[in-house]
Amino acid sequence: MAELAETTTAVASPHAAAGTPAVKTVELTKTFGRTVGLAGLTMTVPSGEVFGFLGPNGAGKTTAVKLLLGLLKPTSGQGWLLGRRLGDLGARRRIGYLPELFRYQAWLTAAEVLALHCQLAPLPRSSWKDEIRTVLETVGLSQRAGDRVGTFSKGMQQRLGLGAALLGEPDLVFLDEPTSALDPVGRHDVREIIRGLAARGTAVFLNSHLLSEVEQVCDRVAVVDHGRVIAQGTMDELLGGTAVRVRATGLAQADKNKLASFGRIDDEGDQLTFTSLDAERVPELVAMIVSLGGRVYEVAPRHQTLEDRFLQLLEDEER
Amino acid sequence: MPPFLVIARLTIQEASRRRLLLALLILTLVVVGFSAWGFNKITTLTRSNGEPLPPDQIALLTSQLLIVITFMFSGVLALSAAVVAGPLISSEVESGLLLSILARPVRRSEIVIGKWLGLAALVALYAAFAGTLELGAVDWATGYLPPHPVELLAFVAAEGLVLLSVGLVLSTRLSGITAGVIALVSWLIAWIAGVVGDIGAGLENQALANVGVVSHLVLPSDGLWRGAIYAMEPDTLIAAMRALGTAGRANPFAATDPPPVEFLGWVVVWFALVLALSVWSFRSREI
Repeated sequence: MAELAETTTAVASPHAAAGTPAVKTVELTKTFGRTVGLAGLTMTVPSGEVFGFLGPNGAGKTTAVKLLLGLLKPTSGQGWLLGRRLGDLGARRRIGYLPELFRYQAWLTAAEVLALHCQLAPLPRSSWKDEIRTVLETVGLSQRAGDRVGTFSKGMQQRLGLGAALLGEPDLVFLDEPTSALDPVGRHDVREIIRGLAARGTAVFLNSHLLSEVEQVCDRVAVVDHGRVIAQGTMDELLGGTAVRVRATGLAQADKNKLASFGRIDDEGDQLTFTSLDAERVPELVAMIVSLGGRVYEVAPRHQTLEDRFLQLLEDEER
Repeated sequence: MPPFLVIARLTIQEASRRRLLLALLILTLVVVGFSAWGFNKITTLTRSNGEPLPPDQIALLTSQLLIVITFMFSGVLALSAAVVAGPLISSEVESGLLLSILARPVRRSEIVIGKWLGLAALVALYAAFAGTLELGAVDWATGYLPPHPVELLAFVAAEGLVLLSVGLVLSTRLSGITAGVIALVSWLIAWIAGVVGDIGAGLENQALANVGVVSHLVLPSDGLWRGAIYAMEPDTLIAAMRALGTAGRANPFAATDPPPVEFLGWVVVWFALVLALSVWSFRSREI
């Protein structure tokens, strides 16, 4: 089996001259036997942007992050982090990572875990104290700095992991499902932290299946399913359309099926959401519902949400 | 501090914080205390006519008993090393503990070498500490000290390091339990193969004798144990066994000759090869 690359030679990305992207991949592919983990991922995350990597469970999001961090070896294709080839140790000095499977040394205190990461990062010894104090404050663990990680709840361990990823003001931070163990307050805090990183010019690669979370903080997203990117672009590009919510009674399933010409329907009984429908077609839709014997109580066109778009993309993909 | 030393320190810190060291300390003190009491009883033994045993007989009895106790001690040390080394890498891969560390500018070789160094230091220090304590207790109780105490401790520690290395190389690929069990069974097979080799030497059967030689090369734990035995035997005993010719060699608790220098050289090469294999195996592992 080939060894994973652990080089220190800097190989500039082909686009280094035009401002080095935080992440760049070309046809990055990973297969596990017959299973495709990631199929030809080609994308660019500009430096300083918050990038959302979306997909249902098992779509290949974590595989992509592990490939980028050199934990997995690509089957084919190539990639660069901060202008250096995947696996380069120099690039890892400027990267923070909160794994999806976060786990820290239970026998160390929170401050000791952070000191360990300062040492491995490596940060100058003189800066450790300030760095540790700052990140503990940022993630809300200042009061628990001297407590063993073994006594922490899952959510506190995730906060600690986030803190470790923030040490040394990295240029690029990978957050793999960073709020999976957090309560609503914690989720809000994480969004604030991500916004803070963006304001500082740190690129963030956010893996998530929580669409509202992504929608609130990301500049750009890619949607991945079955190991393939099925859409990517800025939030505006992706959410250009409108969605229309209709509250109507008296429609049988057969009637609803006849409405399929108006695009994908999110059917919740009396509540029908047409996830991508031009506002110009609303009168036509209402007339059709009435002609089918339906009674219309409410029609509310709105901007498409990421969830509308996401479901629509996955459904298109299934076809 | 270079990353491999950070990892080594972390390994020692874990053993200490998880109270492994404290447990070992207490158990060692209990065992050494009991054995000192037992050895002291030897000096009070009398013949049927009520006369105390002459000093050379006390020395012979003590040396034989010490060999049995050392066999158990080296076995416990080797097995503990295997059991601790078995999950050393695999459990941290499975739990995700290594993920955030591997994303730092740390080579995988540094993780393997750091973990080996940390655990090796613990094994060597524990062997030196517990061995010195036991020899001191025996000396106090009976006035007997084995002829080569430093070599004895070195051989016992090296046997522990062999099992640690086997556990570690398996740990780069297999789960902790599987790695620990394989290391443990390998140690037993190597010991049995060594006994088979002894029988071969005793019967002057080359094929059987070769089993011992090959097993010493593949897993040098038994070869090192023979070195430890030799270091514990009084000269009179060695002379008596040599006088028996080849038959004197057919005993797993006796050694008529020190381990050959070639074998000791091979042990050094063996450690280098197993460590290199561990590094290669972990570097090519996908996480």
